Amino acid sequence: MLFAHDIVIVGSGLAGLRAAMEIAPAADAALISKVYPTRSHSGAAQGGIAAALGNEEPDSWEWHMYDTVKGGDYLADQDAAEILARDAPRAIYELEHLGVPFDRTAEGKIAQRAFGGHTRNFGEAAIRRACHAADRSGRVILDTLYWEAVRRGLKVYSEFQMIDLLLEKDQVAGVVVYELATGAIHVFQSRIVLLATGGFGKVYKTTSNCFANTGDGAFLAYRAGIPLEDMEFVQFHPTGIYGLGILISEAARGEGGLLRNGLGDRFMEKYAPTIKDLAPRDLVSRAIATEIREGRGIEGKDFVHLDLTHLGKERLAEKLSDITSFAKIYLGIDAAREPIPVQPTCHYMMGGIPTNIDGQALDHLGRPFPGLYAAGECACLSLHGANRLGCNSLLDLVVFGRLAGRKMVQDLKDLPRREPSGGAGDRSRQRIEKLKARTRGARTQTLRKKMREVMMEDGAVFRNRERLSRALTEIRRLQQEYEKVGLDDRGSRFNSDLLEALELESLLGLAEVIVVSALWREESRGAHYREDFPERDDRNWLKHTLVRQADQAPEIYSRPVTITRFPPQARKY
Amino acid sequence: MDLHFKIFRFDPQVDRGPYFRHYTVSAEPEERILDCLNRIKGEQDGTLSYRMSCGHGVCGSDGLRINGTCRLACQALVRDFQCPEIVLEPLPGFKVLKDLVVDMEKFLEGISLFRPYLINRADPPETERKQTPGEREKLGEVIRCILCACCTASCPVSWIDARYAGPAALVWAFRYIFDSRDEDRLERLRQIDHPAGAWGCVNHFECTRVCPKEIPVTKSINQLKREIGKKLRGESGEAEK
Repeated sequence: MLFAHDIVIVGSGLAGLRAAMEIAPAADAALISKVYPTRSHSGAAQGGIAAALGNEEPDSWEWHMYDTVKGGDYLADQDAAEILARDAPRAIYELEHLGVPFDRTAEGKIAQRAFGGHTRNFGEAAIRRACHAADRSGRVILDTLYWEAVRRGLKVYSEFQMIDLLLEKDQVAGVVVYELATGAIHVFQSRIVLLATGGFGKVYKTTSNCFANTGDGAFLAYRAGIPLEDMEFVQFHPTGIYGLGILISEAARGEGGLLRNGLGDRFMEKYAPTIKDLAPRDLVSRAIATEIREGRGIEGKDFVHLDLTHLGKERLAEKLSDITSFAKIYLGIDAAREPIPVQPTCHYMMGGIPTNIDGQALDHLGRPFPGLYAAGECACLSLHGANRLGCNSLLDLVVFGRLAGRKMVQDLKDLPRREPSGGAGDRSRQRIEKLKARTRGARTQTLRKKMREVMMEDGAVFRNRERLSRALTEIRRLQQEYEKVGLDDRGSRFNSDLLEALELESLLGLAEVIVVSALWREESRGAHYREDFPERDDRNWLKHTLVRQADQAPEIYSRPVTITRFPPQARKY
Repeated sequence: MDLHFKIFRFDPQVDRGPYFRHYTVSAEPEERILDCLNRIKGEQDGTLSYRMSCGHGVCGSDGLRINGTCRLACQALVRDFQCPEIVLEPLPGFKVLKDLVVDMEKFLEGISLFRPYLINRADPPETERKQTPGEREKLGEVIRCILCACCTASCPVSWIDARYAGPAALVWAFRYIFDSRDEDRLERLRQIDHPAGAWGCVNHFECTRVCPKEIPVTKSINQLKREIGKKLRGESGEAEK
């Protein structure tokens, strides 16, 4: 079927929904999502959303901006970081007015707590800046924005998965979509497409990400010729449940939780003497990995302890009830009595589709590609630089989702409707028919498992040339094997066998770009740590990485970092 | 250890009726039933359909009937199933679309009917609206709802009375009726003051037993009934206009 809308938003997390609220009902927008919108991964965010409200202690947007820039190891574009920090209080009040049930202070204001890398007076001490609703902050914001968007009459297509992005030479023409319930392939013709498809943590074996986080938007944009930026910067969250990768929020440490190694020592005192356990995630993850490497994991194994036992049952029940229940369900541990075994888990992609402040996706020459937008984790503003601070992600989604929505409405009048050139849907149809026709071949599961292991082993917290080269060879070998992938399911209804095979192509393509970018950057900055180049090198590498698909191999180039208020300094905590 | 699964299969467009298929899969005690499903699908039978996303009880996608009880496949651990066979079925009372995938539209529409958004027509203040910790605490349990539908699928009243709003929708009604910032409390109470609303509940407590987020669902519905009595019927002298 052919659908026509002025604007198509792909992805129903907070970025897509917040953008949609800016559009509906003024313009004709449709939101497509591979899951029911309230299943989106924004809902898994636990700890909170940052803003210098000063409800608990004096705070200022300059401090927040500084923390964001320093947290990103000075790779963040400071114009974006300034907008984020300045607009944050407005964005939080807006969410409150929409009904988000934030926790409250005794005076009835929005309660705030400490979070990694957020400090007062430019790094003096930890500050309480994280607005929250217990430890399900993302979920309540997602619910609020979803029902609000429904109230505003947004047209939602649930369980419609984008399988191709249609770019004509000089403008967006729409997207090709697979309808899960029927197996039908639809062309959604539109003047504007907003990609808000989230991250792709599923590239790694250990991850806090949901199964849907396969990077479809970022990959399909890349395949259509749009570059990807800063892809080597992959955030590992320090505290994933051992073995499972399920997130234990930084809020646990914000509320006073402590990390301990096999000797029972609070090792973070050594790595970040001032803010200790509340250092940014890249630093804490590296510290944990170092402790484990040097034999100081728990009983010499590959995990450390997150100790919440001194917080008391009541505080855990009130402020951290979800993570307390995760410990109980998955480990059989009562967090009030026993420490939780944790290890770093792939959590967030700093890199993605390059955009400007208005969410316009940028082509290889840095010009907005007419009609194409990106927001949220699949985009790279670059706001988070080389490492994102906790609580800045939800904030990014609502601040820049809104700006993208506003710009889209303005842009509509200048963008004519483009007929997708002939055979747009046919290409996808043929691809799927070919896949379905192949009865024997490699199993998706086998290739995916191998990819995740390779990336975990050689492309995670510690990297070097040798390991990255090995990973690249292996990923390219898997890409070749993927050409022969076969299916069990040739049916048309809820054929997730087929969709998982299509998603694997995205994951492999993105894994390649991550490794290529990581090999190129011969320095250590933020989440990207090269054992063979252990120092940050501002003279040669204070620049963004861009990778573009070329005929033979990915082509790499760079662009400068925007620095306005805070010139790079040594990064100590 | 080896686990034996008996899984409900049905493709309404192809099959003449539902049937069960058997699978054996090896899994560790600390793994999730969802891990077993993924292994069955990935290694043995890619034609099996089910929903999943976050894998840790936050998104609400993988509500199933497991050995007769509605729960999330990602919150059910292998070690808790020391039984010869694990039976997986779709949520009862829901139309099956394929295998373990059910139609959620009616369920979500039912919640939507209760206007699950804040209604407050006054111009908002420059900063936040004030709410005391005590007022906020009233919402602490119901905002845990993840729309998994385990409660409604387990409710004996919902099975026999298609008009009954069901426990999940009433949890969402509660969410806004007890939000001190909402202006439409009375209108919302009137909407559930109905045999197919709060009064449909006759305290089977099945919803409370199965809720994967431990929401005291039945207790919340009874609070709604009391609130109707107080605010609409003038019991305890609190009637409002």
